Amino acid sequence: MKLQVNGTVHELDIEPDMPLLWALRDELNIKGPKFGCGAGLCGACTVIIDGQATRACQTAVGDVKSNVRTIDGLGKPDALHRVQQAWLDEQVVQCGYCQAGQIMNAVALLETNPTPSDKDIDEAMSGNLCRCGTYPRIRAAIKRAAAGQQTGA
Amino acid sequence: MVSIGKIARRTFLVGAAAVAGGVAFGYYKYRQPLENPLKKGLAEGEATFNPYIKIASDNRITVIVPRAEMGQGAFTTLAALVAEELDVTLDQITIEHGPAAPAYYNDAALREGAPFPAFDHSMVAETVRNAMGVVGKFLALQMTGGSSSLADGYEKMRLAGATARETLKAAAAQKLGVPAASLKTEAGKVIDAKSGKSLTYGELALDAARIDPPSDVALKPRAQWKLLGKPQPRKDMPAKVTGQPIFGIDVQFPDMLYATVKMNPQPGGAMKSFDAKEALKMRGVKKVIAIDSLYGKGFAVIADNTWRAFKAADAVKVVWADGPGHRDDAEAKKILAGTIAAGGGFSLRSSGDPDKAFADAPREKLVEAEYYAPFLSHATMEPMNATARLKDGVLDVWSPNQAPSVIKIIGARLTKLADDKINVHTTFLGGGFGRRIEPDFSDYAIRIAMETEGRPVKVTWTREEDISHGPYRPAALARYRARLGNDGLPVAVHGSVASPSVMAGMVGRIMPGLPTAGPDNLILDGAYNQPYKIPNERVDGYKAPLSTPVASWRSVGNSFNAFMHESFMDELAHAGKIDPLEFRRKLMADYPTAIAILDKLKTLSDWGKPIDKTRAQGVAFTLSFGTWVGEVVQVKDENGSIRVEKVWIVADPGMVLDPLNFKAQMMSGAIYGLSAAIGQQISFADGAPQQSNFSDYDAMRMNQCPDIIIEILENSGHLGGAGEPATPPVMAALANAIYALNGKRIRSMPLNGEISFV
Ligand code: FES
Ligand code: FES
Repeated sequence: MKLQVNGTVHELDIEPDMPLLWALRDELNIKGPKFGCGAGLCGACTVIIDGQATRACQTAVGDVKSNVRTIDGLGKPDALHRVQQAWLDEQVVQCGYCQAGQIMNAVALLETNPTPSDKDIDEAMSGNLCRCGTYPRIRAAIKRAAAGQQTGA
Repeated sequence: MVSIGKIARRTFLVGAAAVAGGVAFGYYKYRQPLENPLKKGLAEGEATFNPYIKIASDNRITVIVPRAEMGQGAFTTLAALVAEELDVTLDQITIEHGPAAPAYYNDAALREGAPFPAFDHSMVAETVRNAMGVVGKFLALQMTGGSSSLADGYEKMRLAGATARETLKAAAAQKLGVPAASLKTEAGKVIDAKSGKSLTYGELALDAARIDPPSDVALKPRAQWKLLGKPQPRKDMPAKVTGQPIFGIDVQFPDMLYATVKMNPQPGGAMKSFDAKEALKMRGVKKVIAIDSLYGKGFAVIADNTWRAFKAADAVKVVWADGPGHRDDAEAKKILAGTIAAGGGFSLRSSGDPDKAFADAPREKLVEAEYYAPFLSHATMEPMNATARLKDGVLDVWSPNQAPSVIKIIGARLTKLADDKINVHTTFLGGGFGRRIEPDFSDYAIRIAMETEGRPVKVTWTREEDISHGPYRPAALARYRARLGNDGLPVAVHGSVASPSVMAGMVGRIMPGLPTAGPDNLILDGAYNQPYKIPNERVDGYKAPLSTPVASWRSVGNSFNAFMHESFMDELAHAGKIDPLEFRRKLMADYPTAIAILDKLKTLSDWGKPIDKTRAQGVAFTLSFGTWVGEVVQVKDENGSIRVEKVWIVADPGMVLDPLNFKAQMMSGAIYGLSAAIGQQISFADGAPQQSNFSDYDAMRMNQCPDIIIEILENSGHLGGAGEPATPPVMAALANAIYALNGKRIRSMPLNGEISFV
């Protein structure tokens, strides 16, 4: 089967019911999406498909027909995406394990809703667990990225 | 006066070992330097000055941070201790965890574990602390815990930087033919102001490494600090916002296998039989093996993909035997209560004569209450995992862990290899909270690697396996009683706390065979050592015979004792008709550090000012890990459900080395505590834990997260910890706020057993 990730098409010989998460991590060595629960409860595995934040652990790889965006294709340390830059500016991260998922979820939010209210942020982000308790800084970073997006910075 | 011998007899094992060890080995050996592990494996052109610093001729400067980076920012702040004295910027250095080696022993963790309140600076207390530090070195205990990293590194790592700096200066002095005293250092260079000449550290490194380091270097006074005391951007942040493969679970090798484990969910229970016929037919499955470890009995599936291993593990038919532990929560509570009823508790500190004070107490002056706290899972965001390879007589373990020296002990035990044939690579940790001090996940990985003919194997637990297996934060039950005086303040307080022993559990798992009898002061941490002055006071500890494995969980004994003790203090304040914050001010009057915190808290939170009927505030105070913390929680009634609206935290760690990171730790600790207080518990039915994933063991989410306002004070005069001290008081402050709101006193955690939350 074919799977497109961050613009690159990969040929895979795997079971179609394998969760996208494990196809990415173990078959393609794309390690950005993380395994947290395997049950759609934590958001650590979040990727973007067709503009939607999607839980890779709950998506069968055989069902994926469009390009999969993961944090690995978002930005690099010397060329950060504006959401990643906002994360850095707010010094959001602690252990960091949930943050790939948080960032991808925030990117999807801002692409559909460039000026989210606190309530919009709550609604979009509450599926993403952070055991280190970085929520207040995540909120601040989303607002910072939204403001930058507005002014085109 | 209490003699040290007496203390040794009445305190827990490591304390006793500490005193005995300190005396037996003497201080002579203690003074001998430990070998620098970086000497082995230096690259061409690289020089090392001590276990913390490598400098290469091309100016690459590597700083070793021997404590696990698990989110607490140790990487950046510990490296800053070295960088400050070495006179380099944080941009100029690369930071590494380094190897497992005795040189990286943590003596502060033991020193702080001495059975005395942090404010006790008596000769006995200090002597025992020093003796325990000595034992830290003999045990060569390299571990991250007890919020001890900064206290441990503060002297050692600055001294390492300063000594290297002075050695580089001496090398430059020889080269330039000028006295070393006339030279200055800045941003990785030695500068001769007179001639205008300068040499980079890289140019000097190889020569400098051949010079004997000076023995009397001076550390910079605080006023000259450039990095310390100021917020530093975290060095691990860029990798973490770009999804780099830095965690244990990301370890990858070309010929690697993937495995998972399934262990008996009943702690200590055996595996009667297993049938892997179906599983072995499944795609990618290589082997199914039994695991018979001290930490669990069950099986592992080895496959070519983690998901295939998960799926095959579900297809194995297994018959578990019952474990020896309690069958359900009712039985656990009965055992805890029975331990207290049986008597024979231990105490670590007392004032006056509480027994006498209660003997003739009039009924109407008595206040009594019983509290309960459940078992808890750590639920780190990254599930347990480790990767191991046993090839050509060398064992390599890549493990997101808090205690690399323990993995070496386990590895040697399993493989019979010599210490120098075992390499432990500490990756970044997706959360630790004490869970990753435990050896089980590394032990299983090593056992599985012994079956893969030299191929590396990554062993990943499912979330279900992670939550339904301890070691857990222990359950605890406490009974408190007080006699109030006519002024409403307590004349006497007596507590009885029963809980299984974390110390006995941990020692037994790491070094089976060592005796674990004797009291465990962790059972009383947060109850016996608080800065209240009560004329007659004693808290008795009882080691309960619950066999469920228990471990350190962010703030350890404080995590349940603060809830119980601080809830009781609140009950006393209300019974005595005194404002709860004022009540604490009165009882802590002898401790200016505590008073300053309470006063600041009062101003910040507008304490005592009327708010509308749907809102109320609660306060609590805990001194733990050397840091004094007061917290106010404000709750709001939203259609019968409680919203935690605001939290104010005022903390005094004596000195703050990175204020931004310190605040992040306070926030993290409070949210971690709120998660537990609101809704977490591991309950048991038929001898097994009932929770298995974030569906039934959830944590605070973005939409529930309060505003958190943090203020730092620096009065206590003692460098305290950051990672844990914000967790204990928040749970009681929440319960106390709920009481203030609606008069409902909840004495059992989680609080959502009796009230609903948004
Ligand atoms: S791993 Fe996919 S939601 Fe948790
Ligand atoms: S930063 Fe550790 S789980 Fe979110």
